[in-house]
Amino acid sequence: MGDSACIPSAASAVPTTAATSRHSALVRITHWITTLCFLALLVSGAEIVISHPRFYWGETGNDLTPTLFKLHIPASRHLVPTGYKFVLPDANGWSRYLHFQAAWVVVFTGLLYAIYGFLTGHFRKNLLPGRADLSWRALSRSIAGHLRFERPSEAEAWSYNVLQRLSYLFVIFVLFPFVIWTGLAMSPAFVSAFPATVNVLGGQQSARTLHFFVSLALVLFLLVHVGMVWFAGFWSRMRAMITGRAATPSTDTTMERI
Amino acid sequence: MSKISRRKLITTGLAATASVAGLGVAARLAEKYGLVPPDHGGIYGLGETLTYASQRLLTRHSLAREFSRSQISKPPFANEIEPPTDEFKRLQAGKFAEWRLSVNGMVVRPASFSIDQLKRYPSHSQITMLQCEEGWSYIAEWIGVPLSQILQAVEVLPQARYVVYFSIEPDTWESIDMADALHPQTLLTYGMNGDELPVGHGGPLRLRVPRQVGYKNVKFITHLTVTDSLKGFGKGLGGASPEFGYAWYAGI
Repeated sequence: MGDSACIPSAASAVPTTAATSRHSALVRITHWITTLCFLALLVSGAEIVISHPRFYWGETGNDLTPTLFKLHIPASRHLVPTGYKFVLPDANGWSRYLHFQAAWVVVFTGLLYAIYGFLTGHFRKNLLPGRADLSWRALSRSIAGHLRFERPSEAEAWSYNVLQRLSYLFVIFVLFPFVIWTGLAMSPAFVSAFPATVNVLGGQQSARTLHFFVSLALVLFLLVHVGMVWFAGFWSRMRAMITGRAATPSTDTTMERI
Repeated sequence: MSKISRRKLITTGLAATASVAGLGVAARLAEKYGLVPPDHGGIYGLGETLTYASQRLLTRHSLAREFSRSQISKPPFANEIEPPTDEFKRLQAGKFAEWRLSVNGMVVRPASFSIDQLKRYPSHSQITMLQCEEGWSYIAEWIGVPLSQILQAVEVLPQARYVVYFSIEPDTWESIDMADALHPQTLLTYGMNGDELPVGHGGPLRLRVPRQVGYKNVKFITHLTVTDSLKGFGKGLGGASPEFGYAWYAGI
C-alpha cells in the first residue's frame, strides 16, 4: 500500500482517447457470468429456504427447538409449522443441484477475476480509493451528494466514485468470501476435513443463519447497484458493461469534482 | 479495433487444444480414481461431478464431527415415515426377532443377519449430527456395528466399488461408494441414545452415513448389495433420490 499516494484520483483516470474501453473484456465477461450465477443462486437458495423457513443459532435446530427467527411464509414440507393450510411443491432436488453448480461456476469466475485484478492492477487502479478521497471531507461530500441524488459527474462514466469503490471492494473481498465460507460450513463432508470452518462460526445452524444474512446483504447490494445504474443512465452504463464503450468525455470539460 | 495477429491466433489455438486435451485426460483420470458420480449426465452433471470429486479427494478419511453427551438434542426430532407395510407390522409384532439383513453381490460369502447377530459384533457408538437437506438438524448418540465389519465378514471382492442398500419400504434405496462404505463412522445402527433405535428414527436398523445429509441415511434396512457398477439398479443413477431429482452424492 506504500504507493497508494500515486493512485490517480477518480477525475484524472479519465482517458482522453476513445480507443480505450471503459471495462476490459475480462471484467465484462466475469461480471455477466457472476450476474447469471447470482440469480441462479438466489432463486435456488430461496427454494431451499422454503423447505424449512426457520432459523436457529448454535449447532442444531428443528421443529421441536426454539427459533432465532422464522419467516412467515408457507413451506414446501408439511411437517413445518407455518400457520398456512397449504404446502408448496418440493423443489429441493433441482434447487440443490443448481445451487451447487452455480456456486462452482461463480467461484471459478471469481478466482479468474481476482487473479486478473491483482496481476493487472485493476483493484489498485480502479477500485482502491485514492488517499484524498478517503478524507472525512471528501467522504461526507460524496455521501451528501448521493443523499441529494445528484447526477453523477461526467467523470464517473469513466471512473468509480469513492462510495462505489468501497462498496465494490466490500462485496468482492468480504461478502463473496463470507458467503462461500458459510456455505461450505454447512457441508457435513467438508467440515469433517475442516471442522474449524464451522466451529468458529458457532455451529452448523449458525452457519446457515449467517449464510442467509450475507445473501440478504448481497441482494441489498444488487438492488442498490441496479438502482444506481438506472439513475446514472441505464443504457449508457449497460452499453459500457456489455460492449466496453462509454461516452467520450469532451476535452474542455473541467473534471475536478467540486 | 486491432486486427487479430497471427501470433495471437496460434497461441489461442494451442491453448484451446491443450484445454480440450487436458479435460480429456482429467475425465479419464477421474473415472479411474472413482471421482465420477453416477448422476454425472444431464445439465447439473458438471457441478455434481466437481462437488463429488473434490469432496472425495478432501474427505476420504476425515471423520464427521463428534459431539459431547451434553449436546445431544432432547427430544430428537423424528421426521415423518411412510405408513408401515403389512410386512413391517408383522415383524414389529414379533419384536423384530425375524428381521433380516441380507448381504450379497460381489462378496465371497453372501449372508443374512438377524439384529441379535449384528449385536454380537463389537458395538460402536458415536455422537454425531443428522442434518436434513431441508435445513434442520439434531445430534444423537448412534449405536451399531460399522458397515466395514459386516463387509469384512462377507469378504468383499477387490473390484467392488459401491454398496447399494435397500429399505423394507417400497422403492426406497440408496448407494454409497467404498470410501463411505468402509468409513469407520458408517454404521448399521440399531440403538440410539443408550436405547433401542425407535421406529420413528428407522428402527430396528438404519444405515447412518454421518458425512452425508439425511436422505442417504435410509431407515428400515433389509438388504445390501455390493457391486462394481450402479447401471443395473433402477435407472442407473444409484438410488431412489437421484431418480426423484436429488443428487446422488449428498456430502453438502
